Amino acid sequence: MDWIGQYNYYVVFFLMMTGFYVVVAHGNLVKKIVGLNIFQTSVFLLYISMGKVKDGTAPILLEGEAIYSNPLPHVLILTAIVVSVATTALGLALVVRIKEAYGTVEEDEIREQEEDA
Amino acid sequence: MIAENLPALLVVLPLLGAPLCLLLGRGRWTWALATLISWALLAISIALLWQVRDGAELHYAFGDWEPPWGIDYVVDRLAAYVLLIVSLIGAVVMPYAGRSIATELAPRLQPVFFTLMLLCLAGLLGIVITGDAFNLFVLLEISSLATYALISLGGDRRALTAAYQYLIMGTIGATFYLIGIGLLYMLTGTLNMADLSVRITELAGSSTLHTAFAFITVGLALKLAMFPLHLWLPNAYGFAPSVVSAFLAATATKVALYAMIRFIYSVFGAEFTFTEMHTQVLLLPLAVAGVLIGSVVAAFQHGVKRMHAYSSLAQIGYMLIGIGLMSVTGLTAALLHLFNHALIKGALFLAIGALFYRLRDSRLPALSGIARQMPWTMGAFVAGGLSLIGVPGTVGFVSKWYLILAAVENGWWPVVVLVIVASLIAVVYIGRVIETAYFGQRPKDAVPVTEAPLALLIPTWLLVATNFYFGIETDLTVDIAVDVAAGLIGTSGGGGS
Repeated sequence: MDWIGQYNYYVVFFLMMTGFYVVVAHGNLVKKIVGLNIFQTSVFLLYISMGKVKDGTAPILLEGEAIYSNPLPHVLILTAIVVSVATTALGLALVVRIKEAYGTVEEDEIREQEEDA
Repeated sequence: MIAENLPALLVVLPLLGAPLCLLLGRGRWTWALATLISWALLAISIALLWQVRDGAELHYAFGDWEPPWGIDYVVDRLAAYVLLIVSLIGAVVMPYAGRSIATELAPRLQPVFFTLMLLCLAGLLGIVITGDAFNLFVLLEISSLATYALISLGGDRRALTAAYQYLIMGTIGATFYLIGIGLLYMLTGTLNMADLSVRITELAGSSTLHTAFAFITVGLALKLAMFPLHLWLPNAYGFAPSVVSAFLAATATKVALYAMIRFIYSVFGAEFTFTEMHTQVLLLPLAVAGVLIGSVVAAFQHGVKRMHAYSSLAQIGYMLIGIGLMSVTGLTAALLHLFNHALIKGALFLAIGALFYRLRDSRLPALSGIARQMPWTMGAFVAGGLSLIGVPGTVGFVSKWYLILAAVENGWWPVVVLVIVASLIAVVYIGRVIETAYFGQRPKDAVPVTEAPLALLIPTWLLVATNFYFGIETDLTVDIAVDVAAGLIGTSGGGGS
C-alpha cells in the first residue's frame, strides 16, 4: 500500500501538470496567470508534504518531548508564497495595461493587431 | 568594521537605496543617489576581488548563524570575477541612464526606474554571492520581478506583451528551480551549496537526484535563454528602454549562466553532470543550434536592437559550447566570454541607445547616413561591432580564440568551423548596420540631428575602451578564468568548496 503513503505527491504532480498545461495551452492572459498560480501552489504542497514527520505535531514548544514536523519547509514556502503573490500582482497589472493598450486580453487577437500594424 | 561586512553591503546597499530613490522623488537627486550607490558597489567588488586574488575564500554568515544552518555568503575568485563585471556594467549604465531616460520616460516614472534598477542590481549581485540554494531563488525572483517591470517601461505597447511573456516564462523557470531545490532538500536535508555538494556524492544513482538536476538545469536554462527556451529574449531586449536593454543584455543572462556553472561544477560536480547525466549530449547540439539560428536570424532583422538580441542568443550559445566541451580550456573560454560578452553587448547597446536618444528610432532605415551627423556614436558602434566579430586586439577575439583552442584540443573540428562561420555571419549583420549608417543617404525630409551628448558618449566609450584594454592586456581576465576553471573541474565529485 505504498501509493497511499505517496498520496500527497500524486496530488502535487497532478496539480503541477494541470497548472503547466493551462499556462501553455490557454490564450487568455488572465487564465495563464491562474494556471501559473496552480503550478506554483503545487510546489508549495510539495514542500509542505516533505516537512511532515510521522506522528509529528506542529513545531511549537510543548511540555515534555514531542515529535514535531520539520518547520524549515514551512518557512521557505512562506517566502515562496510572498514571491508568488508579487508575481501574480505584477502579472495582473501588466494584463490591465495590455487591455488598455490593445483592448483585449486574448493572445491571438493581440497577435492579429500586431500583424496588421 | 566595514571591511568585514563588504559581502553583505553588496546586497544591502542597493536594497536600502531602492526605497530611498522612490522617496526622493523626481529630480536629479534620485539619479545622483543611484549613481553613487552603483559606484560604491563597483568599489566593493574591486575590494573583494583584491582580497581573494590569491585563491582565498571569504565567508560571511548572516546574523552570525553558522553555515550550514544560516545563510552563507561566499566570495571566491569566480564569484568576485562575476561580481566585478555586474557592478562594472551597473556603474557605467547608471550615469548614462539619467540623460537617456529623461527623454524616454515620463518624469513621474523616473524615480521608479532607478528604484527598479537598484533592486535588479541587488538581486543579480546577490545571486552571485550567495552560498545558499534557496536564497538564490529569492534573489533570482527579486531581480526578475524588477526586470519585468523595467521592460514594461518601454515606450512601445509591445513592451507590455514582451514583459508579460517574460514574466510567464521566467516564473516557470524559477518554479522549476524551486522544485529542483525541494527535491534536493528532501534527499539531503540541507540548502547550503557546499554542504549539498558533499552529501550529493553519497547519493549516486538516485533517481530523485536525477530529477532534481533536470529541474534545476532546465529552470536556469530558461533564465539564461538557452536555445530553444529563448523566446522571451528578443522582444524583451527589443522593446525595453535603451538603458534597460544595455543593462540586461550585459548582466542578466550572464548571472543565470553563472548560477548554472555553480550548480554543474560546484554542487553536482562535473563527473555527475557529464558521466552520469550525459548533459553534454543535450547541451552541445542545443548550443550549436543556438549559435547558428541566433546568428542567421540576427542577419535578417530590421530593428538594430532586435538584431543584437538575437546575436546575444548566439553568444550565449558560445558560452554553453564552452561548458559542453567538458575541458578546462572549454570552461575557461565560457568564463572569458561571460566577462567579454558583457563588455561587448554593453558597449553596443549603449551606442544604440545614444542613436535612439537623437533619432527616436533604432530601425535600420532610420539610421541611413547617420554616421556623418553622429560620428562618435557610430564610431563606438563600429568598435563594439569589431569586438563582437572577434577582430584581434579586442576582447571578442580572446574568448573565441580560447573556444577554438578548446575545440581543437578535443579534436572537434566541426565546432571550430561553426565558430568561424558564426563570426562571418556576425560580419554580415554588423556590416549591414555600418553600410547603412556610413554609405546610405540621409532622407531628404529627415530632421538634422547633432552628435549625442557627452553624458551618453562618455559611458559608451568607457565600455568600448575596456573592450580594447582587456583585448590587449589579457593577463587579468585570462589568469583568473584559467585558475577558476581548473579549480572548478578539479573539485568535481569531491568536497566542493
